Amino acid sequence: MAQATVETSGHGAAPAAVGTEHQQHPIRLYLVVWGLLFVLSVCSYMVDYLGVQGLWRWSLIIIFMLLKAGLIVAFFMHMAWERLALIYAILLPPVAVLVFVALMVPEAHYTLLTRLAFFGAAAGN
Amino acid sequence: MAQVVQTHSPKPHLPPDGRQGFVSDWASDQQVFKNVSWGKAMMWIFLLSDTFIFGCFLIAYMTARMSTVVPWPNPSEVFALTIAGHEVPLILIAIMTFVLISSSGTMAMAVNYGYRRERRMTAILMLLTAIFGATFVGMQAFEWTKLIHEGVRPWENPWGAAQFGSSFFMITGFHGTHVTIGVIFLLIIARKVWRGDFDTERRGFFTSRKGRYEIVEITGLYWHFVDLVWVFIFAFFYLW
Repeated sequence: MAQATVETSGHGAAPAAVGTEHQQHPIRLYLVVWGLLFVLSVCSYMVDYLGVQGLWRWSLIIIFMLLKAGLIVAFFMHMAWERLALIYAILLPPVAVLVFVALMVPEAHYTLLTRLAFFGAAAGN
Repeated sequence: MAQVVQTHSPKPHLPPDGRQGFVSDWASDQQVFKNVSWGKAMMWIFLLSDTFIFGCFLIAYMTARMSTVVPWPNPSEVFALTIAGHEVPLILIAIMTFVLISSSGTMAMAVNYGYRRERRMTAILMLLTAIFGATFVGMQAFEWTKLIHEGVRPWENPWGAAQFGSSFFMITGFHGTHVTIGVIFLLIIARKVWRGDFDTERRGFFTSRKGRYEIVEITGLYWHFVDLVWVFIFAFFYLW
């Protein structure tokens, strides 16, 4: 058997200096993200200031919220440059929170239903 | 078998990227997070657990708000301030949001200067971040005082559903605590950076280990997370 498992560092394009990489990006990137976060915050504040109601309000709030959260996680927290092993380990488990939300919505409806059925709309419930 | 079988390379190299890399990273015996130090990985895992805590708070708030038969107080009016005779809705919360975002911006830049080993600039930016954070907590204290004077309690309030007070104090209180701890954390690390601990490899008082500029990034992760949580609180509690 003349085969050899040679694991060397000169792996084509793979950078040699690994171990713990430093996150080094131009300052401009942070300023741009900062500016975008400001604009998005103004937008979400405007939703309230202009009194947008109903489905529009809820969708706009969620959209601006997710955009802001995405910018913070991806650029400020450098998640965009991490390996998938870390990204999945951190960003997938919160899906369980969404499952919890899905469980609690019918639960809340049920509580409301029983309150209305047994206590009526009396104050203090 | 006369050939050298070299399994451990002197310099570590990265396995493939993408989905294949994901599988091989998690399947390996030694280290899942290849280019992330244990400190950074543990901070991320701590933040994940904190996500669940705040997630549970927000779910509890959602359940309370959905199941009450009494109308929910309108946050737009509750958190309005009268400025020059005009009732401006939610203005204090908006300013707090901008303060926190600005602190995140200065923090991100502090991390950048830290890796360039410009310790003065790093320490100044971290101090600025801490000042923004302290401002945020101060404004929150003002907001609490105002609401408590208006009669908001965890068990009652003058405008509607009693659960409003309990949710409000619980969620913003916990978040404010996080900001306060973050400010303390920032001040401790900023002092070390200013003193040049990471250049002279001075050993830590508590751990007796040599620190690295990476701690600035780890502190930054915590700080950005605090800002991140506020994004969700702002959307769900104040705007909804």
